[in-house]
Amino acid sequence: MRERYGFMAEFDDPRLLADAAGAAYREGYRKMDAYSPFAIEGLDEALGLARTKIPFVFLIMGIAGAVGGFLLLYYISVVYYPINVGGRPLNSWPAYIPISFELTVLSAGTIGFLALLIINRLPMPYHPVFNSASFAKHASNDRFYLCIEADDPLFDPDRTRDFLMGLNPMGVIELEK
Amino acid sequence: MSGIESVEPRIRRIRLVALAAGLAAVASGIVAALFQPSQFFRSYLIGYTLLLGTALGSAGLLMLHHLTSGYWGLITRRIFESAARTLPLIAVFTIPLLFGLSHLYAWTNPQTVAADPLLQVKQFYLNTPFFLVRQLVYFLIWILVALSLTKWSARQDASDDPFVLERLRFFSGPGLLLYCLAITFAAVDWVMSLEPHYFSTTFGFRLITGHAVSAAAFAIAVAMLLSSIDPIAPLINRKRLRDLGNILLTLIMLWAYIAFTEYLIVWAGNIPEETSWFIRRFHAGWGAFAWFLIIFHFFVPFFFLLQRSVKHRPLMLAGVALWLLLMRWSELLWIVGPVHHQGFFVHWLDIVVPAGLAGIWLAVFLHQLTRRPLVPVYDPLLREPVDGESRVTA
Repeated sequence: MRERYGFMAEFDDPRLLADAAGAAYREGYRKMDAYSPFAIEGLDEALGLARTKIPFVFLIMGIAGAVGGFLLLYYISVVYYPINVGGRPLNSWPAYIPISFELTVLSAGTIGFLALLIINRLPMPYHPVFNSASFAKHASNDRFYLCIEADDPLFDPDRTRDFLMGLNPMGVIELEK
Repeated sequence: MSGIESVEPRIRRIRLVALAAGLAAVASGIVAALFQPSQFFRSYLIGYTLLLGTALGSAGLLMLHHLTSGYWGLITRRIFESAARTLPLIAVFTIPLLFGLSHLYAWTNPQTVAADPLLQVKQFYLNTPFFLVRQLVYFLIWILVALSLTKWSARQDASDDPFVLERLRFFSGPGLLLYCLAITFAAVDWVMSLEPHYFSTTFGFRLITGHAVSAAAFAIAVAMLLSSIDPIAPLINRKRLRDLGNILLTLIMLWAYIAFTEYLIVWAGNIPEETSWFIRRFHAGWGAFAWFLIIFHFFVPFFFLLQRSVKHRPLMLAGVALWLLLMRWSELLWIVGPVHHQGFFVHWLDIVVPAGLAGIWLAVFLHQLTRRPLVPVYDPLLREPVDGESRVTA
């Protein structure tokens, strides 16, 4: 057999998954992940996941877009190509606002989206969990999975399997790497 | 968790206090009106537009909910309905204003019109008889729409009739259109014609976005203050709190966007009849007040509502919502005040009369709210299977 990736418990109820994740965290497991067809409130906290940095990336890139857009227009209309439009001052900031706003959205949206892909390590053409036929069929449909990975320091083939069995799953699947 | 019965005595007390304080405030305003009628009518107009906007915005968001569905509307629907059902009261509030037209509007004065060619051109629209007819038409439309919507909704409580929602949805599309058209004209009549030379095609829509802010802020404040009470408590979770906060966030962004667009277009056009409106509002004290509005009606609530930690706390959310209601009053002061005052000026009547009207209005609103279940009991959204988001606690 190839190297082991971990053990995965299969549940038919989102509540069981959330409870199981909490129990595994309290047991001391850290290298684990939960899979569910939809978001489950409280699951992130139960798994002990750190808060995502995505909103922060969006905020910073949004501010950068706003400031950059404004400076760009200032540079064009005051420094690089000053033009007198109907006697208005060169630094006519009201006219800069729409473009600064659009660049805020553009910069936050595109770079935020790229950051999302990078932080989630996407695109990911291979992931061991799909070695389970049941997972491939049900994970985005009607079942809920908790996988404890073999490189967790507390991982022990027998004890981890017994621990997962004790959480009322439909079954425990052994995954190859 | 406890039902509405547990707070009923408290609500009844609030109703009585609001009604008594409201009547007392309005009465003191009326006494003052004998000495300063013009000031009284201006202050009254601020309170009137604030409450009219909250009631109209509630009916508008209610129709938007019927068209789009969603849990945000399930939590706030009865609050919107109760606020929309106060429209007959606001129709009564209109009557005193009709006696003050000559104090408020230059176009009612034949001598002013005779000396002003622009006003002569506008006279086919801006004249008292036509003005009165229009108000009658607006209120007929508004009250008809509001009462039909809430009547059918009440029928849904009595029987599990699936066709009620169909009908509400069918009615809401055209209803919303008619509504917004009427509000646009009413905004021109009551507010824009205070300075009859000014014209802006986005003025009505700018007030409509303000109405939506008032209505959402009011409904969210009420829902959050009732969030530990039974039919509402089980519906509240973090995701739905975020939804409510985000609706408020979206609406203040829309308001800021439209208000800025109006300014930008007038600034770019640079025509005296239009720019003078903004020049009055950006100079001599009103300018500082305009910056106050930009910062505290937009930026500060915007950054508060970006934070999940604010949106997850019902009382914080209620605080931001109540603050926004205060900002609605401030914006109306900024629109109405500079018509007659060169520099920044708040008369005590500007505070007392709107507060008094709001007290009376609140009493009627609470009466409407307690007459029906706080949540539409037969709504299909309540029967949907647990979606994982709703009840799981880890």
